[in-house]
Amino acid sequence: MAEKVEIPVQKWSGRVREVTLGATREEGGTRARTVTLGGETTLPFLHFEGKLSHPPRIAIEIQDKKPEAWSPLLLKAWEGAIDDPAAWAKKAEERGADLILLRLSLDDAQGEENTPEKVKSTVRKVLSATGLPLLVFGPGQVDKDNELLVAVAEEAAGERVVLGVCEDKNYRTIVAAALAHGHLVDSRTPMDVNLAKQLIILIHDMGLPLDRLLMDPSTGALGYGIEYGYSVMERLRLAALQGDTMTQQPILVTPGEEAWRAKEAKVGEGVPEPWGDWEERAIMWETMTTTALIEAGADVVVMRHPESVRLVKEAIDKLWMKGG
Amino acid sequence: MALTGLDIYKLLPKTNCKECGYPTCLAFAMKLAAKQAELAACPYVTEEAKAKLAAAAAPPIRLVTIGRGERKVEVGNETVLFRHDKTFFHPPGLMVRVKDTQSIDMIEKRAREVADYSVEYVGLELRLDGLAVENASGEASAFASAVERVKETGLPLILISSDPRAMEAALAKSDGTSPLIYAADEENWEAMSELAKRHQAPLAIRASGLEPLVELVEKVRGAGVEDLVLDPGCRGYNDCLVTFTHIRRLALQKNFKPLGFPLIAFPGEGANSPEEEAILAGQHIAKYAGFVVMEDFDPALAYPLLTLRQNIYTDPREPIQVTPGIYEFGEPVPDSPLLITTNFSITYFSVANEVEGSGIPSWLLVADSEGMSVLTGWAAGKFDADKIAKTVKTTGIEEKVSHRKLTIPGAVAVLSGELEDELPGWEILVGPREAVDLPAYLKIWKP
Repeated sequence: MAEKVEIPVQKWSGRVREVTLGATREEGGTRARTVTLGGETTLPFLHFEGKLSHPPRIAIEIQDKKPEAWSPLLLKAWEGAIDDPAAWAKKAEERGADLILLRLSLDDAQGEENTPEKVKSTVRKVLSATGLPLLVFGPGQVDKDNELLVAVAEEAAGERVVLGVCEDKNYRTIVAAALAHGHLVDSRTPMDVNLAKQLIILIHDMGLPLDRLLMDPSTGALGYGIEYGYSVMERLRLAALQGDTMTQQPILVTPGEEAWRAKEAKVGEGVPEPWGDWEERAIMWETMTTTALIEAGADVVVMRHPESVRLVKEAIDKLWMKGG
Repeated sequence: MALTGLDIYKLLPKTNCKECGYPTCLAFAMKLAAKQAELAACPYVTEEAKAKLAAAAAPPIRLVTIGRGERKVEVGNETVLFRHDKTFFHPPGLMVRVKDTQSIDMIEKRAREVADYSVEYVGLELRLDGLAVENASGEASAFASAVERVKETGLPLILISSDPRAMEAALAKSDGTSPLIYAADEENWEAMSELAKRHQAPLAIRASGLEPLVELVEKVRGAGVEDLVLDPGCRGYNDCLVTFTHIRRLALQKNFKPLGFPLIAFPGEGANSPEEEAILAGQHIAKYAGFVVMEDFDPALAYPLLTLRQNIYTDPREPIQVTPGIYEFGEPVPDSPLLITTNFSITYFSVANEVEGSGIPSWLLVADSEGMSVLTGWAAGKFDADKIAKTVKTTGIEEKVSHRKLTIPGAVAVLSGELEDELPGWEILVGPREAVDLPAYLKIWKP
């Protein structure tokens, strides 16, 4: 006589916070629509034991000038749009982006220093070219990040833009700008559960409501430390579901950037033969890095190649559908 | 599920005779629960207690082996749901399907490609595991000849047919290789069980849904077959994630024996393209498959999958490290460039590959960052100015190079000032942030 199978259902006490990006005209912005993340009461895609309110979303990364150092495959994929952030944002929307992430550079296309005025005009153009909610990340140098992101915050006041990245060594100015102009921030820490939590607490202590905070625990690419990022994300999500309130933020990670700096994606010549076809491998490198992180709990993934975006979107649709 | 010290205590004689070497039966029970003592140390334990303890100690997911010799594949015996809870032990076997309707040349070519495929990753050799031969023709003789051909590769095999007659013919050609028989179902389980016993081969069981699967497992175990692999019939992304999670949880958390076996997945049957198949195969690697059968062989898809498998199955308790010290590339001379990086294997190999590839003879110092990457090591104080200065002073590199120029990774440029204080007489150069940019950097480096 067969035993009756009783499906184990885990009772979780916690819930990931809902965070809404972008604001429509009625809400004080100009976005065609907003995107809400989070709200999960169980592990990724396990519909049977909890509520899953919002699927993971894809942000496509664009830059304010042609990123010459990017892989030729990426330059080819965005050819025709890559010199103009507004055209690029539009094209990214056509290719399936849910969100646009604009990364600012230190220098402009003429090799001159980037300034608050130039950045304001870029942000304005991108906001007019797309109706999607926006994330804006600085060039990654403390002084420049602060100078440029404050300008972004002013220019895009009321749009609920995500400003990034806040790190433990530099978050105060960015958070203050977000507070003053109604924006959100990305809280980035280097692959560690406690550091992730700590920075969320510090930022929250400055008065930023938790529904305006994304948690970015960093990741490595496939083959370059993805297992660390993957496990930190699984642990953060379990902590959130177990009721640890300072880990209950939606998770943002940047698999596109990580994967495309791996040699496997970036380079086509002088690599071992068993690596196979370059373009196929490169797209798979980004795609597989991304889907692994989505299954570990990512709520927003920042990606670069339109074909990887298409593949990941398909996978999300099927994971999201009960029995899919 | 493992017994607690108190559960075990109840099974002991409770006489505190001390003959086991512990002061009380309770102390002995606690040691047993912690796996620090052997039950055999107690001379008075009953047979009943022995049987109960042995059953509790049996792994919740059975270890199943297919193939023989150095390329055999062992799967199962997993103990956790999340790799961070301990580690995943037995990486799933990645198998490639061939069909007996393909020409023998085609089958042989594919078998050879799979057997010979090998790709290097951080000093490890990653390989595919075996072949799944399908009886697509429905004829026993075609199936047997296909199996006979691929057997020569020495790779572990999965034999796919629901016809016991064809299976018998194929098994006759592959005797002694322990192939996996796929599959026993509601119709054929008696005959398949007989074949599994006669050929000492593990048996896959296929049913749609958990309850029919459990029912069939019970029948097959009743017939005396214990080495089982399960196919619960799911094929899609969500369907498989949910079903495999149920089975893993039942086996580990409920010690539910009928489902305590490795799982087999066929991602190509739920996918519309080879790329989609590979993405789904990636899910199976992370979420609980024991075997993954791929429809095709393509190195551009195999390499990322093998890498993902390696990453997910890396033991999180022991970061892979290389030995700290001086590494030479080409034949460096006293005025060759000197670089420093950490001993995290992925960091080391990224740097080493680029330096090697640049063709410029160089010295590479590897600091003991306890297996952390550059940025993580820096954040954790394992790759800071102190550690770098100590590495320079203790490795004897000062006798090997005539110049005093040390290139540090661009990601820790912030350390240069502090380092120049710690290493008087040295000039600290800031190298590129990414290893991939090292060849360009080395080309313009001057002593």
